[in-house]
Amino acid sequence: MPKAYLSIEGLGVTFSKGAQRSEVLRDINLQVERGEFVSLIGHSGCGKSTLLNVVAGLIPATTGGVILDGQEVDQPGPDRAVVFQNHSLLPWLSVRENVDLAVNKVFGSAKSAAERRDWTLHNLELVQMTHALNKRPAEISGGMKQRVGIARALAMQPKVLLLDEPFGALDALTRARLQDTVMQIQSTLKNTVLMITHDVDEATLLSDRIVMMTNGPRASIGQVLEVSLARPRDRLAVAENPAYIRGRAAVIEFLYARQAA
Amino acid sequence: MSVPKPSFTPAEPLTAALAPPEPQETRAGLADELARRATATATAVLPPLLTLAALLGIWQLAASSHPGGVPSPSAIWQDSHDLILDPFFDHGGTDKGLFWHVLTSLKRVGIGFSLSAICGVSLGVLIGANRWAHRGLDPVFQVLRTVPPLAWLPISLAMFQQAQPSALFVIFVTSIWPIIINTAVGVRNVPVDYVNVARVLRLSPIEYFFKILLPATTPYIFTGLRIGVGMSWLAIVASEMLLGGVGVGFFIWDQYNASRISDIVVALAWVGLTGFALDRLVALAGRLISRGDAAS
Repeated sequence: MPKAYLSIEGLGVTFSKGAQRSEVLRDINLQVERGEFVSLIGHSGCGKSTLLNVVAGLIPATTGGVILDGQEVDQPGPDRAVVFQNHSLLPWLSVRENVDLAVNKVFGSAKSAAERRDWTLHNLELVQMTHALNKRPAEISGGMKQRVGIARALAMQPKVLLLDEPFGALDALTRARLQDTVMQIQSTLKNTVLMITHDVDEATLLSDRIVMMTNGPRASIGQVLEVSLARPRDRLAVAENPAYIRGRAAVIEFLYARQAA
Repeated sequence: MSVPKPSFTPAEPLTAALAPPEPQETRAGLADELARRATATATAVLPPLLTLAALLGIWQLAASSHPGGVPSPSAIWQDSHDLILDPFFDHGGTDKGLFWHVLTSLKRVGIGFSLSAICGVSLGVLIGANRWAHRGLDPVFQVLRTVPPLAWLPISLAMFQQAQPSALFVIFVTSIWPIIINTAVGVRNVPVDYVNVARVLRLSPIEYFFKILLPATTPYIFTGLRIGVGMSWLAIVASEMLLGGVGVGFFIWDQYNASRISDIVVALAWVGLTGFALDRLVALAGRLISRGDAAS
């Protein structure tokens, strides 16, 4: 049986602290194809961040495992770049230097110095941040920081891009603009994306599939929903689309009727 | 459509009417600016000056009512105005102006403090990064840091048998603890997010040290260095009592033996101002190096 590009198989995570053991995830199975945009949605504390961190290699799996492009995930690496919820840019580096750090580390031997510089600029161009190259994170807005975080992740040319509630801390207007940027980038680069969100509209607008998780502890996948909307998607046009409305309703039904927190 | 029309006609006469008083306005603006600057300077400088004058006044009154004790400010001026006015004289031996004494002391503090900065930051990184080093060493450091400089003197002499290294050791051992402890706290507080960034990028331990750990810890290190430089300056009098020769600590001890209290008061003013300058210098270095992020 041919394996999917990213395959999560029988994954379970149990944290133990002294004699206390808490089972966070149980028997998670998920196949993600190359170029697919998959969202994980669920109530707070359902372990979706844990799942993303296991795929990132930041947390070890207790049972089962993750296979990406034929290789088992057993440690973090730039092929699974993470955009963290709170951007986690290094405050002592400028916008350009933050991306440079990743580019120099990942392509230090593969590209010349000039190529690396251009690659940094290219990725900052993708997120429209070339106007603030020499600014430091404290000098730019939350939305801009998140853009730089996305540029840093894209610059690693990851096999799968992991977004951990990337727009969670932003206001609604900034969030919408960033979602459009992400959709546009994904349509050109065809990234494989795994995104955590708690926003139903965001999940429906951006995803090819929405993975809905049951409440923790011992959370698992409750339901997977295909969003069959043609791309490129326009947030105004899809709002009237029956497929969008149905998808959105199905997620809301799952979250608030069947998994009411 | 009719709205913009009337606004055109009155515009010209208005500017014409406004034009003549303009130079006066700038003059008034300049005067305003000068007044504002003067006020700002006055609010910054006047309170400490007034406080100083008041303290000197109280001191003068208190000292003149108890003759034979601490000299009053006017008596100090009479006794020591040579020392106050010319800090640069050099009559050979230990008979030098206070500038030379302070400079010699600063050199000693410079050596002792540099050593404690290097060792303190290294040890701080070690006990911050290694749980076992922390468990083993932290209690020891917490006890040792409370030992006063003077108490280290006999130990130091017994260890080195010579005055010069003993004096440096006293400065070193007094100032190292806050550097170790603050560096360790900084290392233990490196945000998990930065560590995750390093893990995703697979930074090597050396890259992690220089690109993440050190910059993230810089504000803490400089807090430690700032406390440390203050303490090393505190230790100078103790350490120079055993050294003899030139140095502001020995100067104070020497003048005490010669019962020249006035000269000691002058030297104390130098010690205080120098300590203040050292503190500001380290704070400034911290701000420059961490590009303004340092916890002040």
